[in-house]
Amino acid sequence: MSFPWANHYNPQHPFMKWMDEKLPVPRLVYNAVGSGYPVPRNLNYWWNFGFMALACLGIQIVTGVILAMHYAANGLVAFDSVEHIMRDVNWGWMLRYAHANGASAFFVVIYIHIFRGFFFGSYKAPREMVWLLGVVIFLLMMATAFMGYVLPWGQMSFWGAKVITGLFSAIPLVGEPLQQWLLGGFAPDNAALNRFFSLHYLLPFVIVGVVVLHIWALHIPGSSNPTGVEVKSESDTVPFYPYFIAKDGWTLGAFLFIYCAVLFFAPNMLGHPDNYIPANPMSTPAHIVPEWYFWPFYAILRAFTADFFFIPAKLMGVLAMFSAILVWFFLPWLDRSPVRSGWYRPMFKWFFAVLCIDVLVLGYCGGSPAAEPFVMISQIASVYYFMHFLIILPIISSIEQPLPLPFSITEAVLGKDETAASGAVAA
Amino acid sequence: MIRILSILVGLFFSLALLWSLGKGAASFISEPPAATVEQAFHKPPRELRLASDGLFGTFDKQQLQRGFQVYDEVCKACHSLRLVAFRDLKALGYNDDEVKAIAAKYQVPGVDPNTGEANTRPGRPTDFFPQPFANDIAARAANNNAIPPDLSLMTKARHDGAAYVYSLLTGFQEQPAALLKQFPDARTPAGLHYNPYFANLNLAMAPPLTADGQVTYKDGTRSTVDQMSRDVAAFLVWTAEPKLEKRKQTGWPVLGFLLFATILGNLAYRNIWRDMKH
Ligand code: HEC
Ligand code: HEM
Repeated sequence: MSFPWANHYNPQHPFMKWMDEKLPVPRLVYNAVGSGYPVPRNLNYWWNFGFMALACLGIQIVTGVILAMHYAANGLVAFDSVEHIMRDVNWGWMLRYAHANGASAFFVVIYIHIFRGFFFGSYKAPREMVWLLGVVIFLLMMATAFMGYVLPWGQMSFWGAKVITGLFSAIPLVGEPLQQWLLGGFAPDNAALNRFFSLHYLLPFVIVGVVVLHIWALHIPGSSNPTGVEVKSESDTVPFYPYFIAKDGWTLGAFLFIYCAVLFFAPNMLGHPDNYIPANPMSTPAHIVPEWYFWPFYAILRAFTADFFFIPAKLMGVLAMFSAILVWFFLPWLDRSPVRSGWYRPMFKWFFAVLCIDVLVLGYCGGSPAAEPFVMISQIASVYYFMHFLIILPIISSIEQPLPLPFSITEAVLGKDETAASGAVAA
Repeated sequence: MIRILSILVGLFFSLALLWSLGKGAASFISEPPAATVEQAFHKPPRELRLASDGLFGTFDKQQLQRGFQVYDEVCKACHSLRLVAFRDLKALGYNDDEVKAIAAKYQVPGVDPNTGEANTRPGRPTDFFPQPFANDIAARAANNNAIPPDLSLMTKARHDGAAYVYSLLTGFQEQPAALLKQFPDARTPAGLHYNPYFANLNLAMAPPLTADGQVTYKDGTRSTVDQMSRDVAAFLVWTAEPKLEKRKQTGWPVLGFLLFATILGNLAYRNIWRDMKH
């Protein structure tokens, strides 16, 4: 679907006409990311991160498929096969660093993309489905990244796999058998490594599928915008091509610049040194930490240190960690404020700022050893995290007095809108 | 309805967290965690500057050769370098004959061509550096129950790796009196050696570099313990990341191109949006 004033695809060349009859792919492109797709003219730079995420997904798939040509998923040789890639395969070092740092870049971009949604209320009707699919993508990304980190079979790979699959053992009754079933053994071993590789190769393509749905669902109502006021007339929009192709294009360049600066000049900055030690089930690392993008959730997991009534601390931690993401699914129904954009929500704005700091604090604690003061800080920060989504948002959305909204996007941009004026005259 | 449920769930998690916090705080006050000996006496690595550091860093091949000499004459008795092949040494500036000669000095596992029995033979350039011990048990038996780790990736397998290796090699010392006063139980066990740069302060490696002049450098550099430690650290940076130079050399044109493309893209963007207020 698109707005009535959208440009229409009108092939001129006989070949394009022929193609349009047989397989209208050019039409699809024209209507999805071409002149046929009108987009709010006032999108700011926070709206460029979806496109960057798409680029990240592409980078991960291309580098990953080539790495898989040289990698061997066997506990005896996996570590050495990665070093073989680093040392002997032509440009192998570049592929591997591109893939490892690509995962980090992907998560940076996705976190910004998600927080854009939090602030501008992108999850609200009519875009709930876009948001829900987004959360599904995020969960798939986490699973993919976790299994990918296991593949080099270093110390953190092994112990990370052990700790994370160990979480399942907290589930009452079925936990232990479930964990063994997942791992194919009592501890991570060849069976686990092999299935992780298989799934790590599979899931990105599942993500591609969900991304297609994500964008499809987005293109039904069209993008929201920083004012949160829905598109009303033609003057509110510009065609995607050339306007947003140009904007997404140059910001993608800026993103790639930063990404490549890390890739070529500090490629191990975000990794853990222990993963350059081959996996050794007999020697536990001093601090087992996951990759940085899991730190906030890891902090929540570890914040539960005491049994709560009859619920063991470990089970509480696991429940809370998964709930921390699952609450996002309910966001469209928890935040009932009719106003989308945080710009016009004087109370929400501040709580959103606190949430940003809160998640950074959680991340810092999650990457630190499980000792004081980090445990206490993560307990307080976790309280805020849950309060924010489950208590504060539902309450402020009914008591807050939003600021007056502009009549339309055009008015917000130009200071006046002819349609608004004529509407006023008619009334 | 959903909002009431959500507030209840929020309270549930918050209370459970506050319960944990309360219990944690109580035990923190009743028995404050005592500083451990590692917290009190472990030191971060000393600063080490190498030619390979920085955005433009390249290897100082002379230094790598010296570092290799230290490995070859001292460390190889206990440590392997299993990810490095002799042929790789050409990157340090050795020619084919020198590499052949170096390889031939090492005994690598082989097979007797007549009887098929396992034996050893002199190394060839395509061989990798061999293991100094027959197996882990032999390694432990010879090293106070510790296995000397492979050094190929050592500088990437520790925080601030090169500086760490340098500090570790120059950091052996008497256990400070203050330590024994504060932690009388923490006396270095027999057979271990006190070193404040090692994570748990006592390691099974005896100081490998003890005397100036222990290695006679071919290039005439004075081989103080400090110099040998620096050189072997530099060498281990190379073994861990032999593609370091190529990586940085590739990085500059890539960044240059991206900068150029981004600027062009930005100009195109400005041009396209010129008349469109947004
Ligand atoms: C006599 C045998 C021996 C020699 C010679 C030796 N080492 Fe070691 N090295 C060991 C042992 C044993 C360990 C394990 C120590 C432990 O884990 O307590 C070790 C550990 C190390 C470590 C790792 C410390 C850590 O953080 O785990 C480094 C780095 C190291 N040696 C460097 C060297 C270098 C460089 C040389 C040559 C200058 C050298 N070693 C010579 C026996 C030796
Ligand atoms: C592989 C990962 C993802 C890709 C490739 C992707 C792609 C995109 C693209 C291209 C857009 C339109 C451009 C933009 O608004 O930035 C978009 C919009 C959106 N995405 Fe994503 N996305 C991904 C993950 C997510 C996740 C994890 C979430 C939330 C949990 C999410 C939520 C949204 C929402 C709500 C919108 C609509 C924004 C609006 O119109 O205001 N996306 N996505």
